[in-house]
Amino acid sequence: MAEPILSVRDLHTHFFPNEGVVRAVDGTSFDLFPGRTLGIVGESGCGKSVTARSILRIVERPGRIVSGEIILRRADGRTVDLVKLASDGAEMRAIRGGEIGLVFQEPMSSLSAFHTVGNQLIEAIRLHSTLSKRAARTRAIELLALVGIPRPAQRVDAYSFELSGGLRQRVMIALALAAEPRILIADEPTTALDVTTQAQILELIRRLQQERGLAVILITHDMGVIAEMTDDVVVMYLGHEVEKGPVDAIFHAPRHPYTRALLRSIPSVLAAPLSRLATIAGSIPHPYARPPGCPFHPRCPDAIGGVCERSFPLEVAIGERHDVACHLYTAGAEAVA
Amino acid sequence: MSSAVSDSAPPLVTEAETRVAVATQRQLIWWRFKRHRLAVISAGIVLAFYVVAAFADFIAYAEPFDTEAARSYIPPQPIHWFDADGNFRPQVYALKGKRDPRTFKLAYAPDPSDPRDLVLFGHGYRYDLFGLIPTDRHLLGLANGRPQDAIFLLGTDQLGRDVFSRLVLATRTSLTIGLVGVTLSLALGVLLGGMSGLQGGWLDTVIQRVIEILRSVPTIPLWMGLAAAVPASWSPQRVYFAITIIISLIGWTELARVVRGRFLALREEDFITAAELAGASRMRIIFRHMVPSFLSHIIAAVSLALPAMIISETTLSFLGLGLRPPAISWGVMLQDAQNLQTLGLAPWLLFAAVPVIVVILAFNFLGDGLRDAADPYG
Amino acid sequence: MLTYLLRRLLLAAITVFAITIVTFIILHLPPGDFVSAYAAQASASGTAISAAEADALRLAYGLNEPLWVQYWKWLAMVARGDFGRSFEYGRPVTEVIGDRLWLTVLLSLGAIVVTWALALPIGIYSAVRQYSFGDYVFTFIGFVGLAIPNFLLALIIMYFGSRLFGINVGGLFSAEQQLAPWTWAKFIDLLQHLPVPILILSLAGTAQLVRIMRANLLDELRRPYVVTARARGLRERRVILKYPVRAAMNPFASTIGYLLPFMVSGSVIISVVLSLPTVGPLLLRSLLAQDMLLASTIILLLGVLTVIGTLLSDLLLMWIDPRIRLGQLR
Repeated sequence: MAEPILSVRDLHTHFFPNEGVVRAVDGTSFDLFPGRTLGIVGESGCGKSVTARSILRIVERPGRIVSGEIILRRADGRTVDLVKLASDGAEMRAIRGGEIGLVFQEPMSSLSAFHTVGNQLIEAIRLHSTLSKRAARTRAIELLALVGIPRPAQRVDAYSFELSGGLRQRVMIALALAAEPRILIADEPTTALDVTTQAQILELIRRLQQERGLAVILITHDMGVIAEMTDDVVVMYLGHEVEKGPVDAIFHAPRHPYTRALLRSIPSVLAAPLSRLATIAGSIPHPYARPPGCPFHPRCPDAIGGVCERSFPLEVAIGERHDVACHLYTAGAEAVA
Repeated sequence: MSSAVSDSAPPLVTEAETRVAVATQRQLIWWRFKRHRLAVISAGIVLAFYVVAAFADFIAYAEPFDTEAARSYIPPQPIHWFDADGNFRPQVYALKGKRDPRTFKLAYAPDPSDPRDLVLFGHGYRYDLFGLIPTDRHLLGLANGRPQDAIFLLGTDQLGRDVFSRLVLATRTSLTIGLVGVTLSLALGVLLGGMSGLQGGWLDTVIQRVIEILRSVPTIPLWMGLAAAVPASWSPQRVYFAITIIISLIGWTELARVVRGRFLALREEDFITAAELAGASRMRIIFRHMVPSFLSHIIAAVSLALPAMIISETTLSFLGLGLRPPAISWGVMLQDAQNLQTLGLAPWLLFAAVPVIVVILAFNFLGDGLRDAADPYG
Repeated sequence: MLTYLLRRLLLAAITVFAITIVTFIILHLPPGDFVSAYAAQASASGTAISAAEADALRLAYGLNEPLWVQYWKWLAMVARGDFGRSFEYGRPVTEVIGDRLWLTVLLSLGAIVVTWALALPIGIYSAVRQYSFGDYVFTFIGFVGLAIPNFLLALIIMYFGSRLFGINVGGLFSAEQQLAPWTWAKFIDLLQHLPVPILILSLAGTAQLVRIMRANLLDELRRPYVVTARARGLRERRVILKYPVRAAMNPFASTIGYLLPFMVSGSVIISVVLSLPTVGPLLLRSLLAQDMLLASTIILLLGVLTVIGTLLSDLLLMWIDPRIRLGQLR
């Protein structure tokens, strides 16, 4: 396997509002390889989005990265730890957009209503290149064509409210790719779109990845999208990754009880009529009331009494590039099927 | 495969969360309000002012209309808490006239050799407590003699009238005008805003336009014109009511907008549709379902509108177009402090500005606190 | 865009119409007809008018006819620029008003400019540095500005100005320039005297605008497009100024419409306190003396000027908001 283009090591991002501390990301590690898609999946509030923002160093107050490393391998082979850079400094700003692009989930409000699409695109292009305004405008029109927007030469002067949701999301992707980054982070890019548009956008992302050799991080809560789009998966729960590995391994041989529960809760067309939908027992704990020990233990059907509520499970490898953080495996015990 | 469907959900909901979940709307608002310490303090201040207004005659000690040229422009006299021997014995010094040898004018100054004892609940001028109980007891009095001869807590004005007593009575007038004015504004605002929001259609458009027109013209010149039209021959009471009506015509637009906005938002709410579908009558829907949900907003808007009323009355009276003597209000008292020469002679006349500023600040903080408590996301 | 424009024009026209009606009512509010009052005043002040003149006036104003005829006659005269004569001064109203109206406009506009210039940066700062020391200081000053009525502030400043600094902050001209004809020197003199009244006027307005800007900007700062802008690699300062500030400008700009009447009102009052030669003291005197033609003319002119100013600001708003230009806003 080639060297990872991005390595996240033991990332801790905490929020400090008046009421207490929220440990949004609490010890996550994963690698991203060029040309491959990494999926991050988990329920709302598990820290997926915060991870993405931590990578780009745009975590908002009252949050900040407390510890960990985010190592980016640049085109010339040198590495830089993004955590150590000043978030508003020139180097980090050059990386933001220039090396790593971000696509958001809310196309409706992710574009400014007071500036044309072209204005925002040209700004993104010129931030990371030395193109003149006219050249940047040509480039912007090319980008719009690239993401499949019809009549790009007219649309470049449109305002965002003149475009439909699907078109806006395409513009967002164009914006993210405007400066030719090598990594694309897509944070729930299709959640706010209807199913048909969803398919189109995902198709677009896949095509762009192939054409440009992008490394993609795809964040979603939809296991179907994971199955279709990703090569590797990280499953997160309450700020930790509980299992990570190749998508086939995750889907066909899930080890962590949470992963299993997630997979089980997907409604199936083949299920018998009137059978109950499977759910995961309990609900996500309040951020200020995290369970001690393994964060999943209150909802875990396979929790080991006396162990799971006491200590935090360390991550162990159980297969090729397949890691899991669960007490069921730390002692080398066989999985309870 | 073991089933993940389990009924043994562990109790992760804490005691505190339960308390929050079952609290009534009113309790929630009260808790949120209590957290704004500034708003709570302001509520206390406002309450204190209204207590003073209720007990105005009791707290005052000098007859407010008792003019006495000899007592003109006396500076404020402090209370001396300890007598010459160091005992706790509150006293004030009586005045002694001294003729200036050059101008032959009689000037009065406090005479330390003539201390008078201060007492609580002393005798003073006659009045009716709460308009019902005739008495002559006041909060402060002299052991011997009339209070207005020796007690000058804030000095006297040009006509020798005690500023402190007049200020206390002015507080009553200004605060009650504010209250009455706001009530009228509220009535107008709820009526027009309600019709506007509930009915919609052309009525809404018309009322909206009227409000916009009123907001786009400078109000002071208009109200000056209206106030000047109040005939000088009217009795103080009639003038009082006329002025109240005029200033209530200032504030209703703001209240109407709030009410209309609330009704408009509520009309679309699902719970209203549910009530309609359940067959509830129009009246019932309005009073049982809609009003309780925006009552707190209205209270907040009212407490923010009150200071505007007080400012209006004070301004108009200050200009000489509002309440006229012998009526006393803050604006009338500030009129005495209108020019530099007077202020140079008697700067204590400016003291009337203090309750105005304090009350307005207090109402603003209170209103802000109430508004945040009623709708923290609004 | 055209419909928006037409609507604003129509509303302005209706407002002006309403103002004329209200002014007419005010004109006739005092008991008795104003020509008799005029005649009485005129003879008292030594500029008596003959009975024939008085009758001619009554005819001109239609005082013996139904109300709507009176209104029409008065309106016709006003449209021609004939506002009648003042009783007190015995001269045409326009002469008496003279420069004062323009000085009022200057004062009000100056206050608006200063209010904007102060409120915009303070509002942005308060939102971006929420809960900082500076935010609390500005909020406190803002509350003070909101709470103290204009005239009180003017009174207090006037008093302490003379007491502590020995300077007289009243008046718009120094004694020599007061009655002099307009020269460059007089203009400079005016500029030197303007700051204090303008500052007093703008304090209350600034407080309100800062709150509006702060609230709106705080809302906008939370929105996704700000994050997107940051994610592009834009400098933080540029992110804030180019995007959320631009969005918050709209509700901010729409407040100008109500700022102008507010300033005009305020200028009337502090002019009285500070003895400024604007329309304020003149209006007060004319109302107290029941010189109704003068008073109602001032009210009419103030109202109409305000409406025109508001209309211009609405046009400005329309120009800067792409949503209105392209017909998206309802």
